[in-house]
Amino acid sequence: MIMKLAMAGLLATTVMAAAPAQAETLRLLTWGSYAPDELVKKFEAKYPDITVEVTFSNNEEMIAKLRATGGAGFDLAQPSHDRIFAVQQEYNIYKPLDLSKINTDVMQTELLDGVKANTTIDGEVYAVPHQWGTSGLMTNKAMAPDVAAWGDLCDPQYKGKTSMRMRRTILLGMAFDMGEDPFAAYADLNKYQEILDKVADKLIACKDNLKAYWKGGDDLSAMMMSGEIVASETWDSTAYKLYGENKDIVFVPPKTGALAWIDTFAIPRKGEADDAAYKWINFVLEPENVKIMSASTGSMASVKGAKDLLPDDKKAAVNAAFSDEDMNNLKFFANIPAGVEDMEGKTLEKIKAATGAE
Amino acid sequence: MKQNDIKRLSLYLLFAPFALWIALLIILPHAGMLYISLREKVAPRVYEFGLGNYINFFNEPIYWNTLIRTGSMSLLVTVLALLLGFPIAYYIAKIAGYRTRGALFLMCLIPLWVSDLIRAFGWILLLRETGIISSSLQWAGVISTPIEFLYNDATVIVGLVYTVILFMIVPLVSTLDGMDDSMIEAGYNLGGNGPTVLRRIIIPYAMPGIVSGCIVVFMLTAGSYLTPILLGGKNSSWFTEQIYDQFITRYNWESGAAFGFVLLAFTSLVIWIGLKLSGQTLSSTVARS
Repeated sequence: MIMKLAMAGLLATTVMAAAPAQAETLRLLTWGSYAPDELVKKFEAKYPDITVEVTFSNNEEMIAKLRATGGAGFDLAQPSHDRIFAVQQEYNIYKPLDLSKINTDVMQTELLDGVKANTTIDGEVYAVPHQWGTSGLMTNKAMAPDVAAWGDLCDPQYKGKTSMRMRRTILLGMAFDMGEDPFAAYADLNKYQEILDKVADKLIACKDNLKAYWKGGDDLSAMMMSGEIVASETWDSTAYKLYGENKDIVFVPPKTGALAWIDTFAIPRKGEADDAAYKWINFVLEPENVKIMSASTGSMASVKGAKDLLPDDKKAAVNAAFSDEDMNNLKFFANIPAGVEDMEGKTLEKIKAATGAE
Repeated sequence: MKQNDIKRLSLYLLFAPFALWIALLIILPHAGMLYISLREKVAPRVYEFGLGNYINFFNEPIYWNTLIRTGSMSLLVTVLALLLGFPIAYYIAKIAGYRTRGALFLMCLIPLWVSDLIRAFGWILLLRETGIISSSLQWAGVISTPIEFLYNDATVIVGLVYTVILFMIVPLVSTLDGMDDSMIEAGYNLGGNGPTVLRRIIIPYAMPGIVSGCIVVFMLTAGSYLTPILLGGKNSSWFTEQIYDQFITRYNWESGAAFGFVLLAFTSLVIWIGLKLSGQTLSSTVARS
């Protein structure tokens, strides 16, 4: 009797253990807010045999995670478009996409072509666009109405009341502000080093003017909302969120052009659920789902007519920030060639370590 | 004979978890790190063996300056933790009554129930320009404009002392606890005054606890990441941040691994010097307390 019970118990556990194995799991490696609960639930309702597991991360950590395993552990990743070419060549962590399985017709042609051009290796495409947005400036109009260029963050009249993130964006922004074209200089790394040195000098001199370097959207928002800072380098989506709470806080595309990034879909080399991954890609491209996604990310999807699919408050924020002219002046991040990450990293370290007057 | 076998087997079994722990979680990862740190990247997917990553470290003043800065600030934190922790430990072990002792010890432990991150955010809420301290000082009329207490080295040190002081108190309490009160009484009876008794009797007796507390606190501080990052300002780089940057933002695991070993060697060296200067050995201190 006891034996029988034990057997039954054993059987039950095996069956239970087997059940999730039959159903597919889609392991998504993406940015915070790129997989809102609402959408995940909707997806799982549509495809009952797929369970979605989400890991939130950022560009660098995504690549580090995939590199550690040679591209295993996740089925779909969302790095930015400039982080695929060199990374793939060096670490071989993605697999080519089967474009016939993706509903590319709904995507905005320029964005799709841009991403394809940036991520094609040996004739194979490794990524398609998902969300895109810009990095630029955020200012509190009531307190700092004149902020219009990257260099204005170093304007002494805002001393102790500006902020930036110590990452590559500000290096590139400052370079443009100083009349250089860093992306063109990627072809000639000696020239690029010269630009970086100039930018470093400028940012070291500027250190005294900053309150602190921000590290994530949350501390930036807190400093901006409390009025501790009046202007900062920012992601547009962070600025749009704050605009919803305080109409004085607006996103300002710098006059040299806002820097535009595109987050993509890429499939890790040892992903085990390609079909589910393609299903997810096509699912989030559907108009009503784009709406849910954009409400969560605050950025625009790379589908046709994306602006109309933004929630009303975000649409107002975008309209308050961008004129058509600004849109035409966008500077898309160029592919990062091998070696540039090291040069930029060294420059950032130099700036961080410099003890200016404090 | 058989008895002997059983004895030996049980010895092996008792030893196994420890051996596994050391081998799988300490030796193996470090061997892997050492291997990575000795690889030099020459081209995509091409590596050569060599000491290049270590040489890079010594050629770049930014790196060793940060390491020295981290080391000296960690020493300062250790000293502060000792100065603050010793009276607390002495009170708990010698002065407090049997019942309050437990309660006091518990009160020291409570902050540890909250994660590092939350504690750091607690400091941020208190110290920021629009934070509680600044605004209450303004309300009280002590200051007229808000003051920023965050984002400087002093804040980092305060935050670190707060995080690690417990690791100073615990070994001190356990050593002081074992000290017979009659030794102190004898000290006074023989004509010693307070400072003499402290210097000639209590401190020598507590030395094992002091040294092991200092070692733990120094190691924890030099290896901490969150507190210096969140509370530190524009000019305060911590060496662990450099390691993180090498691994994560620069994809340069090779030099990140080398930095890790440099940090390990550096902290070991500092502790060795500390032991030599204080005339202690590991077996007379850490093993005893």
